[in-house]
Amino acid sequence: MSAETMLAFETDCHIFSGCGFDAPGLHNFVFEPLFTIGGFEFNKPMLLALLSTVVVVWFFWAAFGRAKVVPGKLQMIGEAGYDFVRRGLVYDALGKKEGDKYVPFMVSLFFFVWMMNIWSIIPVASFPVTSVIAFPAGLAAIVYILWVFLTFKKHGFVGAFKNFTGYDKSLGWVLPLLMVIELFSNLIIRPFTHAVRLFANMFAGHLLILMFTIASWYLLNGIGFVYAGASFIMTLLMTAFELFIQAVQAYVFVLLACNYVQGALAEHH
Amino acid sequence: MNALNLAVEVPENPLVPPIPELVIGLIAFFIVFGFLAKKLLPNINKVLDERRAQIEGRIEDAEATQAEAQQVLADYRAQLADARHEAARLRQEAQEQGATLIAEMRAEGQRQREEIIAAGHAQIEADRKTAAQSLRQDVGKLATELAGKLVGESLEDHARQSRTIDRFLDDLETKAASDATKAEAGR
Repeated sequence: MSAETMLAFETDCHIFSGCGFDAPGLHNFVFEPLFTIGGFEFNKPMLLALLSTVVVVWFFWAAFGRAKVVPGKLQMIGEAGYDFVRRGLVYDALGKKEGDKYVPFMVSLFFFVWMMNIWSIIPVASFPVTSVIAFPAGLAAIVYILWVFLTFKKHGFVGAFKNFTGYDKSLGWVLPLLMVIELFSNLIIRPFTHAVRLFANMFAGHLLILMFTIASWYLLNGIGFVYAGASFIMTLLMTAFELFIQAVQAYVFVLLACNYVQGALAEHH
Repeated sequence: MNALNLAVEVPENPLVPPIPELVIGLIAFFIVFGFLAKKLLPNINKVLDERRAQIEGRIEDAEATQAEAQQVLADYRAQLADARHEAARLRQEAQEQGATLIAEMRAEGQRQREEIIAAGHAQIEADRKTAAQSLRQDVGKLATELAGKLVGESLEDHARQSRTIDRFLDDLETKAASDATKAEAGR
C-alpha cells in the first residue's frame, strides 16, 4: 500500500491545527509494489485483479461445479446471474441463435468487471481495480479485436470497410467526409471510449469516496466535527451509490460489447 | 512532506495503460473465461437442458396419460354401445325365434288335431261298419226266426234262406237310400 493513500489517516493532521488538507488525487491510484520478482513489480491492483478471478471462479465453481436439476441456493443465485447476462444482454442484442456462441465470453466479462469494481467498497481492499486504465483497456481491447475480426469474417475486406465507414451512396457529396469521421469514430474513438467510460466512472467514484473519507478525518477538530459528520454521511451515501454504479458500469461495458458484436454480425444496409 | 509525496510517483497521464497491469488483467480475465467457457457454463447448460427436458417430459407424460384415459373411455363407450346393440339383437332374435316356435307349435298342434279328428272319423266309420254288419246279421237271424215261426216251418235251406234275406235287406237299403234322397230333396 502506498504511503500516499494512508497519509491523511496516519498523520494527526486536522483542520484548525495549521495543517493543510491533503486532497486525494492521481497519486491515490499509484501503488508501491507489494513485492518485486525479477523486475516485475506486483502491486495491489494486480493482486485485486487476480483475487477477482479467484472470487468469480470460486463462486461459479461452487454454484455450477456440481450443478443439479433441482438447484441449491447458491446454484439458484448463479443461475439468476447467468440468465441475467444471457437473456438480458446477449440474447437481447444478438438473438438466441447467434448469441449462444458469445454467452460464455459476455458472462465472464460481466462478472469479472463487476467483481473488479466491487473491491472499491470492500474494506481493506477499498480500491476499484477498473480505475486503473490498464484493466478496462485490456478488456476493451479484447472486445475490439473480436469486433474487427468478426466484421472481416462476416463481410469480407470490402464489406468490412463499408461497415467501418458507414458507407451509404445516398449521402452524395457528404459521403467522403462521413466516411472519414465514421472510420475514425469506429476504429479509434470507440475502443477508447469503451475503456474510458468504465475507467472514468470507477476512477471518479473512488475519488469521491476518498475525498469524503479523508475530509471526515481532516475536519474532526473542534467545531469541525459537525462538518466531519456530514462528510462521513456523504461517505456512506457515496459508498451505497458506488455499489449501484459498479453494477451499472459492468452492465454497460458488456452491453456495449454485445452491441459491437451485433454491429459486426449485422447485414450491411 | 505532503508536497514531497505528491511530487513523487504521480503518473504523467492516467489514460496510458501500464503494460504489467495490462498483462495481469488479461491473464486474470482469461482464467475466468477459461473456467466458465470450458467447464462451468457447459455444466449449467447441461443441467438447464435436462431440467427443461424433464419438465417437458412430465408434460408429455401427463398428456400421454390423458390421451390414454380418453382412449380407454372411448373404447369403453364403444364397447357399451356394442353390448347394447348385441343385447337388442339377441332380444330381437329371441323374439323372432319365439314367434317361429309358436307358429311351428301351432301348426304342429293343428296337424295333430287334424290327425286325431281324422283318426276319430275313421274309427267311427269302422265302428259304424262293424255295427251295421252285426246288425245286418242279427236282423237277418231275427227275421228268419220270425218268418219261420210265422210260416211254421224251418227254412233249412240255408242258401235259399240267405238269398232271401239278402234280397230283403237290399230292398230295405234301397228303400232307405231312396228315402234319404227324398228327404234331402225335400229339405
